[in-house]
Amino acid sequence: MAETITIRLKVNGVEKEVTVKPNERLLDVLREKFYINSVKAGCLRGECGICTVIMNGKLVKSCLVLAPEADGAEILTVEGLSRPGKPSVVQRAFIEKFGFQCGFCTPAFIMAAYWIVENMPDASEKEIKEILNSVICRCTGYKQIIEAIKYAIELKKQA
Amino acid sequence: MKAYKYVGKPIPRQDVSKVFGDAIYAYDVKLPGMLYAKLVGSTYAHARIKRIDYSKALKVPGVIKVFTGEDFPFKVGIYAADRDVLARGKVLYYGHPVAGVVAETPEAAEEAAELIEVEYEPLEPVLTIEDALRPDAPLIHEHMEEYRHASFIYPRPGTNIANYLKLRKGDIKKGFEEADVVVESEYREPLISHAYMENWVGIARVLSDGTVEVWSSHQSPFAVRHLLAASLGLPIGKVVVHHTFVGGGFGGKAGLLLEHIPVLFSMKLGGRPVRLELNREENFLFMAQRAGYLFKMKTGATKDGRLVAHYGEYYLDAGAYADYTVNIGRSVGFVPTGPYEVPNIHVDSITVYTNKVPTTAFRGFGMQEMHFAFEQQIDQLAEKLGMDPLELRLKNAIVPGKSYLPTQVRVREDAGDPAGTMKRAAELIGWGKKPEKPDEPWKFRGIGIASFWKGPVQPSNAASSAIVKVNEDGSVDVLVGTGEMGQGTIYALAQIVAEELGIPVEKVRVAPIRSTDSVAYTWQTVGSRGLFSEGQALMRALDDLKNQMREIAARVFNVFKDEIEIKDGKACVKGKPWECISLAEMALGYTLPNGNAIHGPLIGRGSHVPSQTTYLDPETGRGEPKPFMTFGTGAVEVEVDLLNMRVRVLKAVTVLDTPVINPGLALGQAYGGAVMGISIALNEELKLTKDGRLLNPNFTDYKVARAGDIPVEMVAEFLGVGQKNAPYGAKGVGELTMLAWPAAIANAIYNAIGVRIRKLPITPDNLLEAIKEQRPELLKELDKYLLGGE
Ligand code: FES
Ligand code: FES
Repeated sequence: MAETITIRLKVNGVEKEVTVKPNERLLDVLREKFYINSVKAGCLRGECGICTVIMNGKLVKSCLVLAPEADGAEILTVEGLSRPGKPSVVQRAFIEKFGFQCGFCTPAFIMAAYWIVENMPDASEKEIKEILNSVICRCTGYKQIIEAIKYAIELKKQA
Repeated sequence: MKAYKYVGKPIPRQDVSKVFGDAIYAYDVKLPGMLYAKLVGSTYAHARIKRIDYSKALKVPGVIKVFTGEDFPFKVGIYAADRDVLARGKVLYYGHPVAGVVAETPEAAEEAAELIEVEYEPLEPVLTIEDALRPDAPLIHEHMEEYRHASFIYPRPGTNIANYLKLRKGDIKKGFEEADVVVESEYREPLISHAYMENWVGIARVLSDGTVEVWSSHQSPFAVRHLLAASLGLPIGKVVVHHTFVGGGFGGKAGLLLEHIPVLFSMKLGGRPVRLELNREENFLFMAQRAGYLFKMKTGATKDGRLVAHYGEYYLDAGAYADYTVNIGRSVGFVPTGPYEVPNIHVDSITVYTNKVPTTAFRGFGMQEMHFAFEQQIDQLAEKLGMDPLELRLKNAIVPGKSYLPTQVRVREDAGDPAGTMKRAAELIGWGKKPEKPDEPWKFRGIGIASFWKGPVQPSNAASSAIVKVNEDGSVDVLVGTGEMGQGTIYALAQIVAEELGIPVEKVRVAPIRSTDSVAYTWQTVGSRGLFSEGQALMRALDDLKNQMREIAARVFNVFKDEIEIKDGKACVKGKPWECISLAEMALGYTLPNGNAIHGPLIGRGSHVPSQTTYLDPETGRGEPKPFMTFGTGAVEVEVDLLNMRVRVLKAVTVLDTPVINPGLALGQAYGGAVMGISIALNEELKLTKDGRLLNPNFTDYKVARAGDIPVEMVAEFLGVGQKNAPYGAKGVGELTMLAWPAAIANAIYNAIGVRIRKLPITPDNLLEAIKEQRPELLKELDKYLLGGE
């Protein structure tokens, strides 16, 4: 049996120590030890971006982060953005602007959108696209996602 | 279109759980005591299996069992049951699963799979359509005559032909005699992948009462149930298929995927739950992809621009299993031309087996590919005739009520407005104006247009049904069997219910997660048929429900039924808005003042079959194949950059004739379809080595469009010309949005640089090759700039 190590993570504000294998992916730790349902795998090799979360304030592909590298980190996923009945501006914008279809990529795009709204409120369309380039959506053609992000920026400014 | 309260409005979708992260996909389903399966793929494209040694695999701790093809001596399939569960005797493509391991953990299954040794005797692989048709070609399926086929499929045992369809209309010889100009060309599209984001996954278990339960990533729960029951000889009532959210389908999750594998494994392991989840590479290797195409076309027109004859040989490269693709061969065979009246047609559509990955449906069911070819024939004819390509299209466009389909049946009066879409798309792209010439002398712009039509390809008895139940608070549950894979049809159906009953749309629930034993039947979620078919069943269910409401109210107020009207969720006596009973009051029946209860719970039921469709004549293809056709036109402006040989779509315009129930959903289809179509036109190809190994089973090498690749501008419009029997006139949209792009882009490239694109994808290499062949002088000019001759 492979050796195990203990790491400490703060996921959506809740801190917990978990025992993992050193070669375990952050993606699997989040799904299996923290019961985070939103984080999905599309390729497990950093190509599709479906597994994107925010780690210590940065967008990361959770399939590329090994558990030990995440020790002590703060992780944010869509579960941490809202409370039932109280969507964040980004989630509201995705709903109102039809920013999702099958939804499999949606948590990743919401996190990218949240990051843009928080960190680059003056982003141009080109800059938005550059950030979104790291996640694939096969359904929407991206247009309504981009519209939702622009709308979220506006909503945030109004608030 | 009349103004409605809900229909025609961009009401947000109900599946907001996708935005909060609690949406459940088959990917998320785990059951107690679940085992994990892993398949072992072949390392040859065509070989005899000499020996499989899995003794080492069995020694891995946690491994429960290893299965091979001989454990399952039967075939599965829908139109041509040609699929082995695991390869038997021979492997037919690179990656063909030859064995399956079941273990207690995914890690153990994976470790064991790597220890399985297979000895092969390599056979000559058949990798092209031309090779497959050689008289001395190795036979891929040696016992084709034993396969079960749908009655409308015509295979040729003893060859590699899986289906042969003939379409004959008019007199082809006479047609070409009348023609003043003739254009003859060949067009090719490679095999491509659906590249949906959720890899296929299936979980199955067998309960002690014999019930087989399946959760999987599929489009059509009832088709999975039917095919599992039929292929495995199970009583259909004992098979329950659970439909969760689906992470994209695009045709690639139609019919039966690999559900039979976890089912069979579970059956042999005492019913324990077995999960088979494919990773991305496996999804490229094991799951059915889209066929490759070769079109040989010869089309003739008279001087004044009348299309008079079309001759075609259409070939589909179906890969090793043509189970589903044989029906696509039919589809392109019986609608072999664009939305034009062509009086004389002679087309053979031939689906062939090759030693490649199996293929299946893909958004558009062959129509994107057929139009890629035919819409370029139109542009080439226009050039020869010295006529504007738009004018040639308008001259020959199908006229509803007058024109005849290629299958010789008259197009219905209310079929739609093909010419209207052509004119509007031309207007929106700025037809007739020369696009601006970019400053860089190596960049060229052009515009192109392509029209299209399509309806569902389904058996003539493809049925749908709907149940509407009223709850105690007057809210409504709608049960329909159509799958939700992103397109949002069920939410459009909710809007129809709200409209018809006059209740807020929030009070209508169409549960996305449903099971075959608890929702109403539908044949499949394919062919853009859901809204039209389920919609009609639903309208009938609502009529039924409203009729019951009228009956109750008539009795309560002691009037005739036809004096009752339904509005705002109530049944009221006409002209007396104070004499009303609400849905809530009659949900479980109505209690009269004396305590007598009447009627009982309100349940509306409705069903639909496309009763006008028929079988097609095997010799001529004559018949009525489709319950509706949606017509549309796409137009693009492109920029060709000869320095890096890249094509960029600057603007993409979609115009469809149909009205839509929810413009937000319909625009989502339009933009998504456009970007997918552009991606297919410019990037996508499953690349094989000379011996048939797949070179690009990942998203680095198989490139799909990303946010930065989309057109600068995308516009979509719906003309609102409906078909009478469709719900609120609305016909299907989902696939239609993808049909125009390769053709429109190819026509635009010709407009820009005078080079005809006969092969997809239009990668820098393929573009360079076409330029070298057709206009090498362009490259000479380019040299001037590169050598600093400015
Ligand atoms: S699963 Fe992490 S990038 Fe694809
Ligand atoms: S919504 Fe389906 S992949 Fe993005």
